[in-house]
Amino acid sequence: MTTNSGFKVIKPGIFSLIEDAGRFGQHGIGLTTGGPLDREAFRWANRLCGDQQTAAAIEITVGGLVLESTVNTTIAVTGATIPLSINRQSRALWQSHQVKVGDRIELGFASSGSRGYLAVAGGFTINPIFNSAATVPREALGGLHRDGTALQAGDFIPCSQSHSAAQQRVPDSHRPDYSSNSAVLRVVLGYQQQAFSNTSKQLFFSSDYKVTESSDRMGFRLKGPGIKSTLDGILSEGICLGAIQVPADGQPIVLLNDRQTIGGYPKLGSVLSLDIGKLAQLLPGAVLRFEAISIEQAHNLLLLDQQRFADTVLEQVGLDE
Amino acid sequence: MPSLKNISIAGENSLIVNFGDARTQIISQSIAAEVAATAAQLRTSLGAQLIDLVPSYASLLVIYDPFKTDHHAVRAAIRRALADPIDTDISQSGALVTLPVYYSTESGPDLKALADNAGLSIEAVINIHQQSEYSVYAIGFAPGFAYLGELDPRIAAPRLATPRQKVPRGAVAIADRQTAVYPAESPGGWNLIGLCPELMFDPSAEPSMPVQVGDRVRFNAIDRETYLGMGGLL
Repeated sequence: MTTNSGFKVIKPGIFSLIEDAGRFGQHGIGLTTGGPLDREAFRWANRLCGDQQTAAAIEITVGGLVLESTVNTTIAVTGATIPLSINRQSRALWQSHQVKVGDRIELGFASSGSRGYLAVAGGFTINPIFNSAATVPREALGGLHRDGTALQAGDFIPCSQSHSAAQQRVPDSHRPDYSSNSAVLRVVLGYQQQAFSNTSKQLFFSSDYKVTESSDRMGFRLKGPGIKSTLDGILSEGICLGAIQVPADGQPIVLLNDRQTIGGYPKLGSVLSLDIGKLAQLLPGAVLRFEAISIEQAHNLLLLDQQRFADTVLEQVGLDE
Repeated sequence: MPSLKNISIAGENSLIVNFGDARTQIISQSIAAEVAATAAQLRTSLGAQLIDLVPSYASLLVIYDPFKTDHHAVRAAIRRALADPIDTDISQSGALVTLPVYYSTESGPDLKALADNAGLSIEAVINIHQQSEYSVYAIGFAPGFAYLGELDPRIAAPRLATPRQKVPRGAVAIADRQTAVYPAESPGGWNLIGLCPELMFDPSAEPSMPVQVGDRVRFNAIDRETYLGMGGLL
């Protein structure tokens, strides 16, 4: 591998982060998971670039990223509907494309959804920290410079050269629909649900909640009918992905990839990981509903989803497309 | 005496073990030792089925890989770990780590107000802070931030009404009956009483932290020159 093969960042866009599957096994020293907010779009982008699921890719929030290639390889962009062009020619999302040395890859701004994923064959070559390339700005850890900074103009993201591969695309039936500004999120009830009255739980599962502006990779703050817990606070304890935490003001917060590892607010339960991508693609003002499911249903859904992903055959694309 | 334990579902791939009732908010060194011992056992018994563990004051969050196991099997493994008797005598558990601190009004901007509110002299506050041996109850909030307890009630103090935008790296701080060393510059609302020259989190070091949950910590006063000589910044 040569060190001069990769992509120059001409414009970083609004907020573009290197992410791999995430940082695991480090909660004991207070490190969070990080990783792609929309795991489904992330793994499809990687799959399109070869048989890779967890390779380091770029999470593009809203858009604006412009890269120049110094390598011949394959790329793919999935996720939010963000116009993609290579050398000013419009190209399809959810499809792999060949790029050559000198090509300019340009992303516009999202018309639906808010996070796109750009993957490359073999993944970006990132020096990991605590076994992961995931960027966590809040922890000043990970990413290209290992210090949690987002991509900046002038950065150079290395990757290996890759022989041209057949172009492929994700079947339409497998592409999530980001055009609706609402979602139903499935929730595995946690043990602290006992600290919420039946009335509060009924209210939570039968009301609309809105995504607020105070939403980021750490968590999404929601606004809707306030729900009350009989606990003011608890001894700080570990928080899992998707936990629905309810502070004293009764407004729920769904905790995401960059969540704090421990906290002391009561929790109703946790949003199913398969639905976290849906939530992360929504913009402020989007409307949410919650639906309770059992742990058995959750496990069935996870296994079925994994099987469906493994069984899906990518479509081959003709050269002139 | 062993605590009352409960294993419950926290999420699709997580179980939480509560040692005692979270509502009673009991912090004890024997519970902390039980949490640390259970975590160590599960790390071995679950192996690759385990994704992560989050030990805290009186709980242990166990995150497992749902494609390799299920909540019934993990529950059984937790029960086996809990059934194993452990030594909860704190003098036997965890390493003892001594952290040097430059206590002063220069390095601890809240030291005087805290002493005044407690009706004590500054020297008395420093002595009381140094006299206790603390347990590492939890690590979180920020990488390397260790929650130490329990603080002598005579020098306990509520969090600041308005948190600071910038607390320096190494700040030794007090909130309620807890104390901690800020591992990096960050916003924070704890009362600052001194500075510790040791790095509490160094991503390039192995291990990256001088303490882990279950360890014991003592503070040892050093003077200004010693602090600066150890690489401390003012």
